[in-house]
Amino acid sequence: MGKKHQTPLLDELKKGKWISFVKEIERAAEKSERTEDLLGQVEESYRDKVNHWKHGGMAGVKGYGAGMVGRFSEFPEKYPGIKECHSMRIIPSAGFFYNSDFLRKLADISEKHAGGLLNFHGATGNIQILGMSQAEAEDAFQAIAELGFDLGGSGSDLRTPSCCAGQARCEFANYDTMKICYNLTEEYQDELHRPAFNYKFKLKFSGCANDCVASAARSDLAFIGTWKDKIKINQDEVKNYTKKFNVQKYVLDKCPTKCMWFEGENLVIDDENCVKCMHCINEMPKALRAGDEKGASILIGAKAPLVTGPRMGMMLVPFYDINEDAKNDYEWLKGLISNMWEFWDEYGVSRERIGELIGRVGLNTFLEGVGLEPVPEMVEHPRSNPFIKFTEDED
Amino acid sequence: MTDETKKKVEDKIVGLVKEYAGKKRFKPIDIVKEMEKEFASEGLTKDDIKGALKEIMDEEKLVYGYAGGSFLTLPENQ
Repeated sequence: MGKKHQTPLLDELKKGKWISFVKEIERAAEKSERTEDLLGQVEESYRDKVNHWKHGGMAGVKGYGAGMVGRFSEFPEKYPGIKECHSMRIIPSAGFFYNSDFLRKLADISEKHAGGLLNFHGATGNIQILGMSQAEAEDAFQAIAELGFDLGGSGSDLRTPSCCAGQARCEFANYDTMKICYNLTEEYQDELHRPAFNYKFKLKFSGCANDCVASAARSDLAFIGTWKDKIKINQDEVKNYTKKFNVQKYVLDKCPTKCMWFEGENLVIDDENCVKCMHCINEMPKALRAGDEKGASILIGAKAPLVTGPRMGMMLVPFYDINEDAKNDYEWLKGLISNMWEFWDEYGVSRERIGELIGRVGLNTFLEGVGLEPVPEMVEHPRSNPFIKFTEDED
Repeated sequence: MTDETKKKVEDKIVGLVKEYAGKKRFKPIDIVKEMEKEFASEGLTKDDIKGALKEIMDEEKLVYGYAGGSFLTLPENQ
């Protein structure tokens, strides 16, 4: 069967040995006319160097204000199959674990109700079914619900919380990322499905500073696993590593605070100055391990560009005893989040992320508003001065 | 909150969105703040108003739209 639309520019993207999204869309287009139209419009986008989508509008399922991202073609007569080409967001399992039965059934739903294209996982962490029309949304949603899954966040709401695989698969995880991610997802169903905020709010959980879900850069509230006490050293294994590669060059010289050195054949670490960046542990996992007093640092305010450009998260709580709080169903954390949302509701303006609000009103005002005491470790950037100003009568 | 007060809040919210249809987009939080002021004398809390709003959305008297941010609007058939 010949191609419905000629796509010379997209064809270029099939050359070479790397994976091509064009090849995958073409495979889906063999079964779906609407996906054929998608190829035609994407070709025009490459030619014109602009995308031809109209974003937003009204797309959703009954009772939910989130979970569908509306997209409409600028050329509905030329590409009728993608006149509506919405994305349906589905909350992934914590840690992204699925069985093959679920994946097959989800693929069937995607082929039946959309264009046969799935996104695992989008930048938001959600599973996405691409190319859905409003008329198909309700049936697709019911089919997904029968599989035990639910729609994710979109718009001005709590976006789908996401986490790394944590203790399920990773020896570096300092807390159970999947447990807290699941717990808060269940707790905040209303906030996820009913957009009631000034703008979006994201929660991401990483088990260690390797930050596999990029929480420090991409979530309003980031949880990064860390520890309080000393790094555990196995000196015999350190000696083995020195025989395998240049430990001085690749580990010690790359330590951001230069807090480690050799005394004779023994490795010494000045733990007071260690910033728990994980570099040495990544390089010598048999020789070095995180300490026993494990928890998480909470960072606030990261975001990708829109109103005032990209920003990294700022240290808000240097050490949160997450494992202890887990025993109380994360009561302390839920109280903190509730205070933050109250403050943001009250003082935030339209399309202002919480980090931007803190930048506007000042950290002191924010801390007072949410009931946290200022501490010197609340730094905006690594190794920069805190911007809390202490008065002379304060310690 | 009594059923009577809840009905009053719901009517007020839907009426406000209808009155400004095509002129102003109300974010849910704007509506909550507005109703908090409006019904301050009756001692309604933010949670009461959020609850009333939830029922309005469940009954599809209003629906959510999106244009850079989420807003409340009338269903398309209205």
